[in-house]
Amino acid sequence: MQRIGVFVCWCGSNIAATVDVEAVSQALKDEPGVVFSTNYQYMCSQAGQDLIKQAVAEHGLTGIVICSCSPRMHETTFRRAAAAAGLNPYMVEIANIREQCSWVHKDIALGTQKAIVLGRAAVAKLHLNAPLTPGETPVTKRALVIGGGIAGIQTALDIADAGFKVDIVEKKPTIGGKMSQLDKTFPTLDCAACILTPKMVEAAQNENITIYSYSEVESVGGFVGNFDVTIRKKARYVNESICTGCGLCTEKCPVKNVPNEFNLGMDSRRAVYIPFAQAVPKVATIDPDYCNMLKNGKCGVCARVCTAGAIDYKQTDELIEQKYGAIVVATGYEPIKLDKFDEFAYNSSPDVITSLEFERLTNAAGPTSGKLLRPSDGKHPHRIVFVQCVGSRCAAAAGKGKEYCSKICCMYTAKQAMLVRDKYPDTEVYVFYIDVRTPGKNFDEFYRRAAEEYGVKYVKGMVGKISPQGEVLKVQASDLIAGRQLHIDADLVVLAAAIEPDRSARPLATMLTASMDTNDFFTEAHPKLRPVESPTAGVFLSGACQGPKDIPETVAQAGAAAAKVIGLLAKDKLTSNPCVASVDELMCNGCSSCERVCPYGAISYVNKEFRMPDRTVALRRVASVNPAVCQGCGACTVACMSGAMDLRGFEAKQIIAEVDAICK
Amino acid sequence: MQKITEDLARRRAAELMRAGEISCLLGWKKGEFDYDVEPTVFYTPEEVERELVCNVFSAANLSKYLISLTRKAEGRVGILLKPCDSFSFNQLLTEHRFDRERVYALGLPCEGTVDTFLLKERVGEGIYSIKIKDGALEVETLSGEVKEIPLSEVYAERCLVCKSRRPVAYDEMLGEVTPDADEDRFAQVEKLESMTAEERYAFWQGELSRCIRCNACRNVCPACSCERCVFDNPTSGVETKAPSEDSFEEKMFHIIRAFHVAGRCTDCGECSRVCPERIPLHLLNRKFIKDINSFYGDYTAGAEVGSRAPLVSYTKDDPEPGQGGQK
Repeated sequence: MQRIGVFVCWCGSNIAATVDVEAVSQALKDEPGVVFSTNYQYMCSQAGQDLIKQAVAEHGLTGIVICSCSPRMHETTFRRAAAAAGLNPYMVEIANIREQCSWVHKDIALGTQKAIVLGRAAVAKLHLNAPLTPGETPVTKRALVIGGGIAGIQTALDIADAGFKVDIVEKKPTIGGKMSQLDKTFPTLDCAACILTPKMVEAAQNENITIYSYSEVESVGGFVGNFDVTIRKKARYVNESICTGCGLCTEKCPVKNVPNEFNLGMDSRRAVYIPFAQAVPKVATIDPDYCNMLKNGKCGVCARVCTAGAIDYKQTDELIEQKYGAIVVATGYEPIKLDKFDEFAYNSSPDVITSLEFERLTNAAGPTSGKLLRPSDGKHPHRIVFVQCVGSRCAAAAGKGKEYCSKICCMYTAKQAMLVRDKYPDTEVYVFYIDVRTPGKNFDEFYRRAAEEYGVKYVKGMVGKISPQGEVLKVQASDLIAGRQLHIDADLVVLAAAIEPDRSARPLATMLTASMDTNDFFTEAHPKLRPVESPTAGVFLSGACQGPKDIPETVAQAGAAAAKVIGLLAKDKLTSNPCVASVDELMCNGCSSCERVCPYGAISYVNKEFRMPDRTVALRRVASVNPAVCQGCGACTVACMSGAMDLRGFEAKQIIAEVDAICK
Repeated sequence: MQKITEDLARRRAAELMRAGEISCLLGWKKGEFDYDVEPTVFYTPEEVERELVCNVFSAANLSKYLISLTRKAEGRVGILLKPCDSFSFNQLLTEHRFDRERVYALGLPCEGTVDTFLLKERVGEGIYSIKIKDGALEVETLSGEVKEIPLSEVYAERCLVCKSRRPVAYDEMLGEVTPDADEDRFAQVEKLESMTAEERYAFWQGELSRCIRCNACRNVCPACSCERCVFDNPTSGVETKAPSEDSFEEKMFHIIRAFHVAGRCTDCGECSRVCPERIPLHLLNRKFIKDINSFYGDYTAGAEVGSRAPLVSYTKDDPEPGQGGQK
């Protein structure tokens, strides 16, 4: 029989305000096996932990139940306290009476009743607990960074700097990401290329970093410290190690009308291309959708002009298998599609553009060599209207756009408006906004400079409709402060489109078993205290894949993610979770259901001889769990029809005991 | 199955046994009555030639017996497989329940088996003997009357809506494959689906209240082949669960069983065939099959060996829980 101690935490007023903690500790005193029950203001504090240790010693406790916050919060704390008191740490059960009780109830009587029931369930489970001992697993000292934008590059550089190997997987032919498409960056106005490209080169030259460009993650197996990743290196039909990046092929290729995605389709490139002059790796890529040679075998110009002999039309996708200890997700963002925003005439007028397109139009390496010209007729625009929050902060009921604030638009719009006024003082610039949000170092000063010094006309109110009429765009808007309708004939309209996670993120999250929020941003393990870790051990988050972020924030988070990775890779061994699956061989049918549902490949099969009930000996196929690989997710226990598979620490009979206690 | 197949099966099985190809044969023999044809294991060619019965009463699915028989028999085990049984055969192979190399399967053509309950009802009195004619049964009753019953009137429901008469596993086919049935397999399930929740509850309450927990459905089911059934396992905690007032134990038994075989049930219909209370248990399983088809695309358990059943495989296209939508 267990001797159980119950410790009810007030959590200040977090629990005590809605749950009568004294009543809970009194009620649980009467549960079978409970020899001690108390409550305390902060059980997780040193004094609270000392209380536990003292009670274990005084009352000879064999197990303890803590009625407190979620085990996600303090299970480790209390397990440590139990271990310090000489108990096996797995003889601790947590009844979550905060998140699942006090925080969701208002009625003290009901809250108290529920807390007692939850405590009772924990006691019932604890009766069936057995001491467990964790094992150890080795750590592969190599990290994978998925995404080669500024977030991925910075994370990789920091990890490499600590002496660990890092691989960057980038789906585009070059690293650099969205930042490489930007012109200047707020609030200091340095040119994006000037500060980004040195980092790209640094990443390429760092001997600890391997860049897999034009590649995607195909599959992820394994677990923290031991991920098995398959990377698909797409065929670029150019031998990367031979290509010198001279660019001759990209000049001679006869297919000239391919929309240039780097310039967002505002000009064209050839079928063989290098995205931009500072691309890393600077090698050509053949676009199989347009290349005549690949499509119908007629051409071969690039192969003829290539003095290095780097063109290889027969190249195929290559699958690279690699083991990693840690994975960093840095998949970044995309501006949303504006199909549902017909009122802004984005699809019907070439002179209504997105902010990212505006960046290309003002970038010296862009389609207009940095001259701000209207896409429709190449004329200089004299009146420009910037519209903020296009698709951001939309009501869910609107059925389009995002409910969240995209965070970066206020600042880049101020920057774009300011730069227009600086370079073309004859241009009239309007910015329509709901709110101008500029928290950040030197951000508000920056915005005020745009409005006050550069004469950008900020109008609080939204644009209702934009109608192209001849050469002008009729902008109908409201000025909320003046309380009147405005009609502006604009030459160019720039839409600050909301940003959303890259489309590759969702399937990747599935592969990584990392969770996402409803907007497909990766969820952090704790929004305040563990912002760069995903809830999946060994998977870290860097940059806008976790939420909208500007460059300074992204770089800071990239460094933080790198620090977490370094902390992990610096360890030689990881303590493994002892709450793993175990099989009762006598009941196992050997049917393979568990093997099929196991996301970690932890289950294999062996043929063993068994003495059967009829006294014959039979050779039977039975499951065998590798405890070092098993992560204790429990999928196998559910898939097993006969109940041969069980999860240590969460055995079926323990769960049934909990349910019984709740239903009693 | 006609006389010609029975002769062929007897001849071929005996031949295989004499040649030492198989050490025993899983087949059927006549029981107490003509309609009472039961599964058996033949060990000598003489027994096979004398007693093997392959006709419209050879309804029992023999595949499940391979698990125990391959463990104790020497050499290869012969088995007669009707097309529907061949699906169970494959499903058991998928679950590694026996070694394919240890089995020699003789495929039988099938046009349906007789529902003996239906036959008895149709005849209306005790049956003394049955002669199988072309398309009809000549039944002599206890009172000496001879009645001719068309086979089409007494075929089992499972045969009328048979999923396929094309066998999916055999080493050797005896006779010609017969054309598929064309009735809608899910019509009855749809009827249940169209009921209100209360009506459906009342329907199952009525049906399952007759259950006597004889376990025949479980014992015959090829998918219920666990080394030790959870219902027989004292540590599983199932039997300590007292039925609540408005419920009854049997209901949970059948529902749990339906969950356990979900995605693995080949719809062979044995559960309903052997039920002494004529509870249409197969409808529970068939509802699962229909749902699995609509969620994950058409899937037939046992259609091929090693196929990854939708419920134990994951694809990125799987419907998300909560979306509840159809594929």
